[in-house]
Amino acid sequence: MNTGGYNFAYLDEQTKRMLRRTILKAVAIPGYQVPFGDREMPMPHGWGTGGIQVTAAIIGPDDVLKVIDQGADDTTNAVSIRKFFAKTAGVATTTRTEDATIVQTRHRIPEKPLHEGQILVYQVPIPEPLRWLEPRETETRKMHALSEYGIMHVRLYEDIATHGRIATSYDYPVQVNDRYMMRPSPIPKFDNPKMDMNPALQLFGAGREKRIYAVPPYTKVKSLDFDDYPFEVQSWDQSCALCGAGDSFLDEIITSDRGDRMFVCSDSDYCQDRQAARSKEAAE
Amino acid sequence: MYVSVKGGEKAIEAAHALLAEERRGDPAVPELGLDQIAEQLSLGVARVMSEGALYDRELAALAIKQARGDLVEAIFLLRAYRTTLPRLATSLPVDTDRMAVRRRISATFKDIPGGQVLGPTFDYTHRLLDFDLAQPSAQGDAARPSGEPAPARPLPSVARILGEEGLLEREVPGDDAAPVADLTRAPLSFPAERDARLQALARGDEGFLLALGYSTQRGYGRNHPFAGEIRMGDVTVEIQPDDLPFTVEIGDIEVTECQMVNSFKGSKTKPAQFTRGYGLTFGHGERKAMAMALVDRALRCRELGEEAVGPAQDEEFVLYHCDSLEASGFVQHLKLPHYVDFQSELVMVREMRKAAAEAAPKAEAAE
Repeated sequence: MNTGGYNFAYLDEQTKRMLRRTILKAVAIPGYQVPFGDREMPMPHGWGTGGIQVTAAIIGPDDVLKVIDQGADDTTNAVSIRKFFAKTAGVATTTRTEDATIVQTRHRIPEKPLHEGQILVYQVPIPEPLRWLEPRETETRKMHALSEYGIMHVRLYEDIATHGRIATSYDYPVQVNDRYMMRPSPIPKFDNPKMDMNPALQLFGAGREKRIYAVPPYTKVKSLDFDDYPFEVQSWDQSCALCGAGDSFLDEIITSDRGDRMFVCSDSDYCQDRQAARSKEAAE
Repeated sequence: MYVSVKGGEKAIEAAHALLAEERRGDPAVPELGLDQIAEQLSLGVARVMSEGALYDRELAALAIKQARGDLVEAIFLLRAYRTTLPRLATSLPVDTDRMAVRRRISATFKDIPGGQVLGPTFDYTHRLLDFDLAQPSAQGDAARPSGEPAPARPLPSVARILGEEGLLEREVPGDDAAPVADLTRAPLSFPAERDARLQALARGDEGFLLALGYSTQRGYGRNHPFAGEIRMGDVTVEIQPDDLPFTVEIGDIEVTECQMVNSFKGSKTKPAQFTRGYGLTFGHGERKAMAMALVDRALRCRELGEEAVGPAQDEEFVLYHCDSLEASGFVQHLKLPHYVDFQSELVMVREMRKAAAEAAPKAEAAE
């Protein structure tokens, strides 16, 4: 396919400047959704156009990019986005979390801790944490302005009243820096604690909804809960069938039509590193 | 033994190869040329140019060919190309009174200065399949009637005639020097000004606007419309370069314009008069222009002091959901993997079922 004639990382410099200004504002007001002039990207809305625009705005020739979807580097859309930047920006790519300067992700935070200087870019479908409770943007903006978040606590309370627990397992709402309520993109609540005081910069891009927001490094991110119903994360009875990890988020794989199943790490890089270490140990 | 799925890149390449093969179809059938699409599927091309927001028949034809005739996909292709183009100038407002009209009808007056010009319309065709078209015409191009040349004289619009009597609300001219809203540069904010709204509707999905316009006719925000005038033809696009004392014509474009005239009983602040809804498309796009005019009028409810009772009058609902790229993308993104979220739900539902199962026998025993 002939794609000559596009700027570095696809977007023109004017657009990147607009995006960078938006990102700076987002970093300055942690958790606040900053509107921006979303561009049509050469992939559909819903495929990560917000995250792609954020990455395109911040990436430089020396960056090393990792792209994951569902925690894995080898899912089709992760492959496609990685290839897009390899083609349009000519940057180095990696699957190793620790080697990446930018990690673009959909639905997961890597298991390996991030370090200072790294940037985690989330693809966000619906940025507004109050959206299912109030469909109108004009209303939710007011609620944020007034820190009027009681409606969410009522919803969580209703969960407890009905189900005896908070029945939200992903996209679990958080409060950033004791101020803005934020939707962590639909990551499992298992990953929520990783957002808190993370040394890396976390940027969130919602293209279709035209919003960018951010969690600067070492910022407090608290998952909403009650004193008597504290926030807790998922756990599994099993360990990863491939690497034996007992501390990672597990994907369930159906292996036969008789209902046999196995559990493996959703983070493919974490799993492969552990497998390599195990076989090395076994060899020694 | 389970081996995690690899080779996404190869699978994607193979899918692209299959797609190209399907697009071409049977190689024994001659390949479509862009000129054939532009000339013979011109209404499809017009829709792609309108909602793709780029007036270029050849590129629209290319998009339709590449999209295998899926117009929403073709609109996406054109938009994604358009967004990379530099903005060289902002045109002056086109003057549709000076249109070289090829079709012009009014449903409000039997005769109007300049007359009713039926032009190329499906309106009075009997929708019977014309089996003669199944074969290429034996006479070839020679059989084509020459058609009336377009009248060059300007035809005053019906809206202007009504306006002179004060019956129709005045169209308050905007400040030409003020910047025009551009949704492709700045996101929507509410309440939206009419320029931003009209831009959103012009780019909006025809099917969505058609259904919304229809809903107003059935009572969900009725606005008593009359098709004051629908005209289609060529208009001249002009720009005013910064450093020149005169305007420059940069070309002609074909557009369809609908001026909907809506009865209005008046309100506390306004006497009874007719109000307007406006629709404009590239090319010949009457259905879209009319639907757009209905929805534009419906969305003026706030400004005219009407109570918003129907979905078509709900600005956030209409403007946030009218874009086919956004709607198509988000609906179809459900195809992408959601293993992690689903797994999270599985874990929770299992726990809740387990808790319920443990609680049930205890409850029975207690009884």
